[in-house]
Amino acid sequence: MKEIERFHEAADRLADTAARIRQTGRKIIGYPCSYAPEELIHAAGCHPMRLFSSGHGIVQAENHLQSYCCSLVRGMLEDSLAGRLDFLDGTVFPHTCDSMQRLSDIWRMNGTYAFFADLVLPVKLDTPGSAAYIKSVLARCKADLETALGISITDADLAASIALFNRIRTHLAFIHDVYSRHPGQIRGSDMAALVKGTMIMDRNDAAALLADLAASLQDLPLPDTPVKRVVLAGSVCDTPDLFDSVEAAGGAVVGDDLCNGQRWFDTLVAEDKPPLTALADRYRQRAICPAKHAGLTTRADHLVSLVDKTRADGVLFVMLKFCDPHAFDYPYLKETLDAKKIKSMVLEIDDGHLNQGQFSTRIETFIHML
Amino acid sequence: MPDKPVDPTKIKAARKMRDLMTTYYLEALSAAQNHRQVAWITSGGPVEPLVAMDIIPVYPENHGAMIGSAKMGEDLCAKAEDMGYSPDLCSYARSDIACAVVKGGPIGGLPKPDMLICCNNICGTVLKWYEIQARFFQVPLFIFDTPVCHTGYSPEIAAYVKTQVHEYIAFLEQVTGKKLDPDKMNHVGRLSYEGQRLWQQVLNTTAHKPSPMSAFDAFFFLALIVTLRGTQTAVDFYKELIHELEERISDGISVVPDETYRLLWDNLPVWHRLKWLSDRFSAHQACLVADTYTSAWCGALKYIDENNFLDSMAQAYTRIYLNIGVDQMAQEVLEMIRFYDVNGLVMHSNRSCKPYSFGQMDIMRIVREKTGIPVLMIEADMVDPRSFSESQIETRIDAFMEIVKHKAGRS
Ligand code: SF4
Ligand code: SF4
Repeated sequence: MKEIERFHEAADRLADTAARIRQTGRKIIGYPCSYAPEELIHAAGCHPMRLFSSGHGIVQAENHLQSYCCSLVRGMLEDSLAGRLDFLDGTVFPHTCDSMQRLSDIWRMNGTYAFFADLVLPVKLDTPGSAAYIKSVLARCKADLETALGISITDADLAASIALFNRIRTHLAFIHDVYSRHPGQIRGSDMAALVKGTMIMDRNDAAALLADLAASLQDLPLPDTPVKRVVLAGSVCDTPDLFDSVEAAGGAVVGDDLCNGQRWFDTLVAEDKPPLTALADRYRQRAICPAKHAGLTTRADHLVSLVDKTRADGVLFVMLKFCDPHAFDYPYLKETLDAKKIKSMVLEIDDGHLNQGQFSTRIETFIHML
Repeated sequence: MPDKPVDPTKIKAARKMRDLMTTYYLEALSAAQNHRQVAWITSGGPVEPLVAMDIIPVYPENHGAMIGSAKMGEDLCAKAEDMGYSPDLCSYARSDIACAVVKGGPIGGLPKPDMLICCNNICGTVLKWYEIQARFFQVPLFIFDTPVCHTGYSPEIAAYVKTQVHEYIAFLEQVTGKKLDPDKMNHVGRLSYEGQRLWQQVLNTTAHKPSPMSAFDAFFFLALIVTLRGTQTAVDFYKELIHELEERISDGISVVPDETYRLLWDNLPVWHRLKWLSDRFSAHQACLVADTYTSAWCGALKYIDENNFLDSMAQAYTRIYLNIGVDQMAQEVLEMIRFYDVNGLVMHSNRSCKPYSFGQMDIMRIVREKTGIPVLMIEADMVDPRSFSESQIETRIDAFMEIVKHKAGRS
């Protein structure tokens, strides 16, 4: 499927992707997490680009962040300081965890990009007060963008961006659904690349390519090999090899609770409400990140229902070393799964580099246990 | 039994303080027998409404500090790891989570809470930690959500936190079935303001040369402004302490004999090595005269209206030291360097506390650029001693002190 190649390329050749986007006249605004106000950035005539760590060794970031900081935060800072993100015109930092909070400060203090904004989201998402607050910080972000760019963002602009992003979410959800129901039709590493590429490439291109891909899937024969079905849970999983290992062991990732996975594209923005209200509502409705609070059992309930919905045989936790919010939730999530007799295993990832051999063996053992 | 001879360098109020803390913990531990409710609250949380409603506030972080000082951190942290918690998590949280289950620690665990009050002005760790305890104890949790003020206290943040002051009171009234008495609230608010003002005055005494007390003493005397903020007890005690410190100043009594070098400490104390560290620095005639940690309990005084505590509380609790941008934290460090007239800065890079530690390296650079004083960074953990290497840190302190002496022109 040639469309999928385009998504791999978009992420693998970041500078080229950025250069192409700039040719469309859009300024590029980077963001580090799935709570970014992408529609707002897009409606401002800019391009929202998700930042990942390129995984190059840490050199300059050593002077800013200690070794006990997660590799995602350190890696993004390294990419920035090393000039690998020089194509950026700015960044927006949504508030999530403590490490990201300090990255925002360090980035702003050492920053070289023209535009900078924090989106200081609430931590609790389940009160009327926080609903009003989310809306007010979105309005503030909109005003910041307008001032910086000397433009005004109309409701029509926002509605158009919301519609585009909803189309993307719908296509991705459709493709993911096929992927999940018929393991083998799309490889896990390809599905991950579709999501990652979409976060990076021009969104009009992404929407068109995803639409073509979705249409072409309908004509493909359905593979019928029985596999062990696995749900991935954790912060980010930017490790395509992991999907390969699962597949090589006779398994398939059929669903995820990841910040660069379903958490990002599940849940549409309502198109029949005032745009800022609708955007604020999605913040409260989507699957939450553990740095946010929407109840004491929200994340466990979500994970269990994900397992049920995808008829998964087990859960694989991928934990980034030094990631506090996920590490705090893990014992409870595991306990909930144990109580429901759902098997799980945890893999700790440091620096994106895996000890491939050992890693594959553990995955193999886990899949065979299911 | 004859009294031990009194060491003139020891601060006498310490004994009274120990008694007050014992009384406080005994009262908290017998709360259930006395039909009083207990709230667990984060160290930087808005405690005054609890005091005004006769709820006993209990501080898991203060408990964590006790666990660390009693050198019981290693066991409890390891226990938490057996429960599935990563060794990279905050050791206050780890030891408290384990303690709730095994009832260990120096006082056999904290009294069971009737409610949990989590204010995230210090970190995101407390959110996860209190969620865990709310599930464990099956009690209501109130989150006082104070958005971080990266570059200022925006009108959006102000409005949001203000609505939560009302939500908080409503929560307390619901859990206790009682109404908040506004007069009592005002009274407690004034006492809290007064206590914080006095605490500031205590800390200010160390600007005197030689310093009548050190940051190690401040780490100890801090417990009262944390746990008994908003009470007459705290106010009375700090008045007494100030009196004693002023006496020491006029009598020329210093805590470090022959104090020659003055240092500023950044981040939480290393609870399991207080004496060890104090001795290391004293051996060099160096006194850690101040720190960024204990001043967090009076740093927001400027935002409090003592006659309208409840309304000003929102701002005061949101704009505390850890809840601001790193650049602003650097400014506060610079001010302290000037005010206490120090020769060097010692930064504790604390594996437990990411919001306090990330950004330290930028603060270090700013301090070096703006003041030229030497800066030492030591990596440790406040409660978990397992990563602490005495020999390595001793060597580093010695090398650092050589530079301090050299810069001060006395080597
Ligand atoms: S949530 Fe975890 S993985 Fe994400 S930035 Fe924070 S610490 Fe890193
Ligand atoms: S030590 Fe740091 S991370 Fe731990 S509770 Fe205190 S502020 Fe939070």
